[in-house]
Amino acid sequence: MQPPTDTLAAPELDSPAAEATAVENPTVGIDQSAGDFTYDVKYEFDAGNGLSEDVIRYISSVKKEADWILDFRLKAYQTFLAKPMPTHWATKDLENIDFDKIRYYLSQGTKPKRTWDEVPDDIKKTFERLGIPEQERKFLAGVEAQFDSEAAYSNVKDIVAKQGVIFCNSTEALREHPELFKKWFGKVIPTGDNKFSALNSAVFSGGSFIYVPKGVKVAMPLQAYFRINAENFGQFERTLIIADEGAEVTYMEGCTAPKFSTSTLHSAVVELVALKGAKIQYITVQNWANNVFNLVTKRAIAMEDAEVKWIDCNIGSRLTMKYPGVILKGKRARGEVISIALANDGQHQDTGAKMIHAADDTTSVIVAKSISVGQGRSTYRGVVHIPKHLKGCKNNTECDALLINTNSRTDTYPAIVVRGDTHAVQHEASVSKVSEDMIFYMQQRGLTEAQAMSLAVNGFVNDLVRQFPMEYSVGLKRLIDLEMEGSVG
Amino acid sequence: MPSLEIRDLFVALAATPDKPIVKGLNLTIRTGEVHAIMGPNGTGKSTLSKAIAGHPDYVITSGDVILEGKSILAMEPDERARAGLFLAFQYPSEIPGVSIANFLRAAVQARLAEGEELDATAYYKHLYSKMDMLKIDRKFTSRSVNEGFSGGEKKRCEILQMAMLEPTFALMDETDSGLDIDALRIVAEGVEAMRGDKLGVLLITHYQRLLDYIVPDYVHVMYDGRIVKSGDKSLALELEAKGYDWVKQELAAV
Ligand SMILES: Nc1ncnc2c1ncn2[C@@H]1O[C@H](COP(=O)(O)OP(=O)(O)O)[C@@H](O)[C@H]1O
Ligand SMILES: [Mg+2]
Repeated sequence: MQPPTDTLAAPELDSPAAEATAVENPTVGIDQSAGDFTYDVKYEFDAGNGLSEDVIRYISSVKKEADWILDFRLKAYQTFLAKPMPTHWATKDLENIDFDKIRYYLSQGTKPKRTWDEVPDDIKKTFERLGIPEQERKFLAGVEAQFDSEAAYSNVKDIVAKQGVIFCNSTEALREHPELFKKWFGKVIPTGDNKFSALNSAVFSGGSFIYVPKGVKVAMPLQAYFRINAENFGQFERTLIIADEGAEVTYMEGCTAPKFSTSTLHSAVVELVALKGAKIQYITVQNWANNVFNLVTKRAIAMEDAEVKWIDCNIGSRLTMKYPGVILKGKRARGEVISIALANDGQHQDTGAKMIHAADDTTSVIVAKSISVGQGRSTYRGVVHIPKHLKGCKNNTECDALLINTNSRTDTYPAIVVRGDTHAVQHEASVSKVSEDMIFYMQQRGLTEAQAMSLAVNGFVNDLVRQFPMEYSVGLKRLIDLEMEGSVG
Repeated sequence: MPSLEIRDLFVALAATPDKPIVKGLNLTIRTGEVHAIMGPNGTGKSTLSKAIAGHPDYVITSGDVILEGKSILAMEPDERARAGLFLAFQYPSEIPGVSIANFLRAAVQARLAEGEELDATAYYKHLYSKMDMLKIDRKFTSRSVNEGFSGGEKKRCEILQMAMLEPTFALMDETDSGLDIDALRIVAEGVEAMRGDKLGVLLITHYQRLLDYIVPDYVHVMYDGRIVKSGDKSLALELEAKGYDWVKQELAAV
């Protein structure tokens, strides 16, 4: 099988299909986050502040990496330097990232523990407070808990390991299973895809590498939890999931960081490979504090009859830019992006999806719902590309925006490029408001204003949340409740 | 006996506080009583009921509303609701994506003490018994609140909420409008079933026909922001026969 050569450009804002709707609206609120706490931790390995070739060599040496990986990093660093900030289409706020202040690597060592008892107390209490060990016992097939640059804990249940499933971090994977991972590493998302994928390629650490053998269906989800603990820190995890022919896996990631006064950078690269007939479901529930720049590149390739579904919930962060994509490479492949974004005061959720049809009879579905509260801002950017030589492709795109209080703004840039005449494409968009009358109606039944808003928001995303595994829909509802509680008076 | 007292109430739109819509209205309702307010369109009936419930569009420029001995004017709308006040809306809002069952559950939960969790089994049992009383199909409560409902379904949904929340005082704003005769009968039977010494009702209605089913203890005629005439159920019949012009003429003669 040939690795793909398709690369995705940044969303085309000046394409004729692009249209913008801006709605100006008032103000309320503060961010409130369940992850807003931090404990003092002693780091054994610290690359200091700022980025240079020396820093990259340091990271690579701590990890005892093969030469080809160091080369890959150093090349990526040059690409990062050469690429301009994409401020010709994206927000100018990107210019406020101070690359010289960021700490690119912090860890207590590169080897994750296999039991929670071995995890140092100062790190363990963070994950306990976030409820990770409990969730693991209850409903997960495996967990990886990353603390700043490295996984502090990583374990996969015996029954899953016995099926030949590999679940480890990027360092371990590239060292111990190069034959499996090297082929696809950096191929779905090339280093030069964008400035931040290049940065990640230069300094990546942690993340999950998963291989599910042919025909293996992992019954319970695998989960990773990404925790930023240190101030000025940059987290650059790297994830690669390969589902071999007919395999099925659900992966879930969660993330939080405490709220520091200075900004924090999170810039991940996530590549998914669904081989013939495989199914991958990737669920993100992100709840970054609102000083985090969250600039993530996520893309999948789906071969014949394969299915990839991204479920992406973005709550919190200062700026999120994330457009999960699927390259529909094999016949009848199916790609789906379900996206929920909530932008509160001081937050900008710039999210969307990319669907690149590259074979006949492929189907893509995008459902994006955004909620803007107070001065929060949501932007939807979508790319759907169906070239002329293909037959029988389908796309369905739905973007709905909900505005709460009058300073909220929402923009929609759906770029749908469809050539050829045997395709079926549908696009729907709506902007609605939580009206004073609706809130009053609910208050008249005894709900507080915050409860009423929260219920309105939950109702707005309800049809999407119903597609989640139960355990996550409950958590998401709680996050929305907290966020709305913070947003009224 | 608990009472809801409306004392010399003046209500205006918050945007135009110097232009009163309700102009010095007095009325006392005790539990066990059903009062009907009748009056032509635009006379301020809905304004009165929404202002009592605390709608932010309106300001009370003078007067008071006393619920069980305490003024409620400083209370938030939800506090008033939890204190036992219920408004059946003339135009109920839609809440997309929120099922009636979940909405009512949240409303019932909001009435429990902090930290107390609702017993789901008991809740559904209670809900189903009220639905049976109102002859409402089980499937109804899985629909989103008022979304795409016919006029009649909206009104029935209001009555179901009222039955579940068991208020001390219910303000029912034209609950009869938009109902066909069968729906009207079911709604009226529901209210009759709730009637008793624990509930006081203010029925706002345009037409006599509802009062054939729910026979009021008192009937008041509202005109230009005030109650201009009060009597028993025979006043409603008289009004039906003679029309509102009769009231206007009487007023002009004074
Ligand atoms: N929210 C509002 N905005 C503008 N005008 C209103 C509003 N509420 C009430 N009014 C005006 O106040 C008067 C009384 O209205 P309303 O209370 O709805 O009367 P009724 O219910 O008796 O038909 C009408 O002239 C109406 O136009
Ligand atoms: Mg009215």
